[in-house]
This record gives sequence, C-alpha cells and structure tokens, in this order.
Amino acid sequence: MAECISIRNFNVAFGNTLVLKNIHLDIPCGQITAIMGPSGCGKTTLLRSINRFLELSDHVTIKGEILIDGQNIYDPQVDPIDIRSKVGLLAQRPFSLPMSIIDNVAYGLRIHGMADGKDLHRAVRHYLEMAGLWEEVKDRLREPAVRLSIGQQQRLCLARGLAVEPEIILADEPTSALDPISAQNIEQRLLELREKYTIVLVTHTVRQARRLADYLVFMYLGEMVECGEASAIFSNPQHELTRAYLHGAIG
Amino acid sequence: MNTAAGWAKRPESRTGVRKQRNRIARRLFSISAGFIFLVLFAIVTMLVQRSLPLWQNVSLPDFLTGRVWKPDQGLFGLLPFILGTFWTTGLGIAFALPLSLFSAIYLAEYARPLTRTVIKPVLDILAGIPSVIYGMWGVLVVVPVVQTTVAPLFSRAFPGIGLFQSSNPTGFSILSAGIVLAIMIAPILIAIMYEILLAVPVGLREASMAVGASRWQTIKYIVLPKATSGLIAAMILGTSRALGETMAVLMVVGNVAALPRSLFDPAYPIPALIANNYGEMMSIPLYDSALMAAALFLLLIVLSFNILSSLALRRMLQ
Repeated sequence: MAECISIRNFNVAFGNTLVLKNIHLDIPCGQITAIMGPSGCGKTTLLRSINRFLELSDHVTIKGEILIDGQNIYDPQVDPIDIRSKVGLLAQRPFSLPMSIIDNVAYGLRIHGMADGKDLHRAVRHYLEMAGLWEEVKDRLREPAVRLSIGQQQRLCLARGLAVEPEIILADEPTSALDPISAQNIEQRLLELREKYTIVLVTHTVRQARRLADYLVFMYLGEMVECGEASAIFSNPQHELTRAYLHGAIG
Repeated sequence: MNTAAGWAKRPESRTGVRKQRNRIARRLFSISAGFIFLVLFAIVTMLVQRSLPLWQNVSLPDFLTGRVWKPDQGLFGLLPFILGTFWTTGLGIAFALPLSLFSAIYLAEYARPLTRTVIKPVLDILAGIPSVIYGMWGVLVVVPVVQTTVAPLFSRAFPGIGLFQSSNPTGFSILSAGIVLAIMIAPILIAIMYEILLAVPVGLREASMAVGASRWQTIKYIVLPKATSGLIAAMILGTSRALGETMAVLMVVGNVAALPRSLFDPAYPIPALIANNYGEMMSIPLYDSALMAAALFLLLIVLSFNILSSLALRRMLQ
C-alpha cells in the first residue's frame, strides 16, 4: 500500500482544549478513506488540517507534521495556497460563489491563470461532466449558480474543486445537507473519482462508510482508535469502542 | 384537581393578575415606541407650518437657487448654504471612504483576534467623542496646518487651477471642514463596514480559498462583490450623518455666505446657518420662516439618504 498522506504526532488545540491528540496515521493513495466517529471526535478538524484550513480559525495551536508526497505541509517554507491547489475540499453545505454556473467552475482556473477563451469553455464542460452536472446545466451556464437546487450546487462545488486538478479530495460529510437522491448522486461521483484521486471522506453514518470506504479510520474524543482495511474492520473490529460504534451502541 | 404534591392547580385569581400585567406591559412598550413616531411627525408638521409664510413672498425655485442671503432686504437665497453643505460633506466622505473601507477590510479579513479586540472598543470611543471636541481640535490643529502649509503648497503646485487657489488667508475653509468631518465619521463608517463584511458567510470565503485563492483574491472576487450594496448603505448612512453634522463643521468652516470657488474658501453649511442665527434678530420679517424652510430642506435630504441606505442594506441581505 502506497500512502500519500502521512500524519505524524499531530496535535491540535483550540484555546486550551486539545481537540486532536497525537494522531499518527497513513492514508493510502487512490482509495476512499472514511473517517468515522461520533460528534466532537475531531474528524472534521483532522480533515481541515490536511488542506491547512485549520489556521483560518482563531486561537488554534498546531503541532506535528503532515506529509503529502513526502513533503511536510506545515513546513514554514510551504505556502498554504499551493497546498490548497493540490488538496481540494467538498464542504458540508454547498457554497456556490455569487456568480454564474460557468464562472463558478472557471473560478479556480482563472485564479491560477490556467485557461482562457475556448480552452476555458472546454475545461468547464469537462469538469461539469466529471461531476455529473453537465446535462442538467448545459443550456443555462450563464445563470446565477444560486438558482440550482442544493444537490446540484453540491455537484457544482465538486466540479469547481476538480477544475484546479487536485491530487486529493477532502469531503466533509458532503451529503449531510442533501436529499437522499442527491446524496446518492454524490456518492456515485465519489466512487467514480476514486480511480484518479485520493479521497478522504468524513462521515457520521456507518452505512455510508460501508458503501464507499476502502480504508477506515475510527476516532473517538480526539484520538485515533483504529484504522485499517474497511472490510476487515467492518467484519472484525479490534477495538471495543469501534465495535460499539458500528453496532450503534455509541455515537 | 389536587395531585399528591398539592401544587398542580393554579389559583384562578393568579392567572387573572398575570394576564392583566401582561396587558399593562404590552401597552407601556407600545406607547413608548409610538412616541418616537409622534415626535418625528410633530417636527415635520412644525417645520412645514412655520415655513409657510415664506412661500407667499419667495418662490421655491428662487429660494433654492438664489445666490444672495440678505434677510434685512428680504433676500433669501439658500444656494450658498446648499453648496456649502454639499462641498463639506462630499469632501468629508471622499476622505473618509477609502480610509474606512481599507481599515474595515483589514479588521474583518486580516487582523488577528487580539488586534480586533483592541481596535473595536477604540472605535466605539472615537465614535462617542462629542463633536465640539473634534471642532476644537480642528481649530487648534487642522485650521493652522491648512493655513500655513497646505494652502500655499497647493497654490504653488497647481497654479492655473481655481479649485486649489487660495484668496482666504485664515485657514477656516471647506478643506478644514472636510478633514474634520472625515475624522469624525470614519470610526462609525469603519464599525458599520466591518459588521457588513463579517455578514458575508465564512463558507463563501472558504469555498474560494479551498481552490487555492489568496486572501486578496477572495476579498476582491467574493467578499467585496457580495458586500457591495451593504457597503453602499454604510456610505450613505455616513453621508447623512455628515450632512447634519453642525458643531464641528461650524467651528472650522468660516461661515461666510458666499458661493465657494476653491477648497480653501470658507463656506456656510445649512446646519451652521440655523445654529448661528436662530433666535437672533427674529424681528426681521420672514427670517424665522426662511430658517424653518432651510431646516425642512435639510431634514428631507437626510431622511431620503437614510431611506436609500436601508433599501441598499435590504438588497444585500436578500
């Protein structure tokens, strides 16, 4: 197993509250890794540390290393902007930017000066197709993105993230604000994208993890309790807490 | 019905008293709220009524465009005062706007929590300083600097341009008033603009930064476009405050009822006109009435600015 994200002795505190305790974890390449655990276990914090979003919050202290392709992203030399172009994020609620559908997808391309004119239009189409949204919006690309349904907006956000060609996609409970059909649609996209990208998915539903995960991480109160092949953990969890969570006794 | 504990049944009489008190409280609060509307209505009515005699001798267009104000000769031309008001206000906003916008952006987007917690109360204190103190500071500091440094510098630097020529040796001028106004309204503008920027959802900023946009790109492409109408509302609100500002302006603007031609000319804004003259020489016919008409004009302008501002704000929040 080739690991593409290595988390080493990672500690995070908000004010005086320790939220992540000495996390040590390798996340495999080209698979879907699901981070599971009850509310407040630190799974979203862990996710947001991988694209250096944590430091946007006030009063946060970060210690430890996260290596992506062998490079420590918390090295003072590293510009978080470069990390975020390499590590995309699909947020819990879709935030479409206050502009047209086409401009939403083109946003990252323009920010990085990656495409112009005809190229741009072709690129937008390509990424909308990858996100499974092209057929629905191809005749209304100039309309404001907010007119789309919430489920469509989430796929638009996915297309926007894909457009800057990340290697890793972080997904923070990406279906929790969606109706079941839209949620299924997003899950379908994630399964399709697994071949090309390393996907880290935070979820609080065991069933979603069962449907999607190749690799599983279980967290509890800021600590990593157990990790391993999803099939192995689901059939035979090593830790008492994991067993309890999978059976619905806690969480 | 009694339960085992014996406290479940509420006495009828208590219920009645409670409802009664609720009614009284409701009435007290609604009367207080209604009182404010009543006062506004009373002020407008009084201004309209007492300005009526003027219109029998002076037409509205003559009043608004007349260039000469000589009450003892029956000449009531408000134009110098209207221009004085707009010059000082316009200049004040022009100075305050970039300063306030940049400060608000810094506070909302870049400043560390510690900086914010220090600067916020400082702004509140600045906003609470009585305007007469800004006026005194203007007389002691701004006016002399304009007189001895700024005016000569500009006359020499821009020889052909009338706007920068000074025929006024005192320093009491539109420019001084503009500077003092800008410093007065900046804290309020910063505080409002800061709140408006904070009203832009964090998720939008994160959506932009998640694809690798820098802070500045996020501000330029996402935060500012999203906040535009709110920022315009803040600007209009600041303008309407500057329009009505009396004391600080009156102290540094020179109060000469002539059409201003340059930044270094004195002027005479409407609030200063009213404050300086109301109650004096009231034996002159129609004087009282003309001042009331000037006040009504000022009130209508400020009210319409306030309405514009709330419309713009509502647009942003939609």
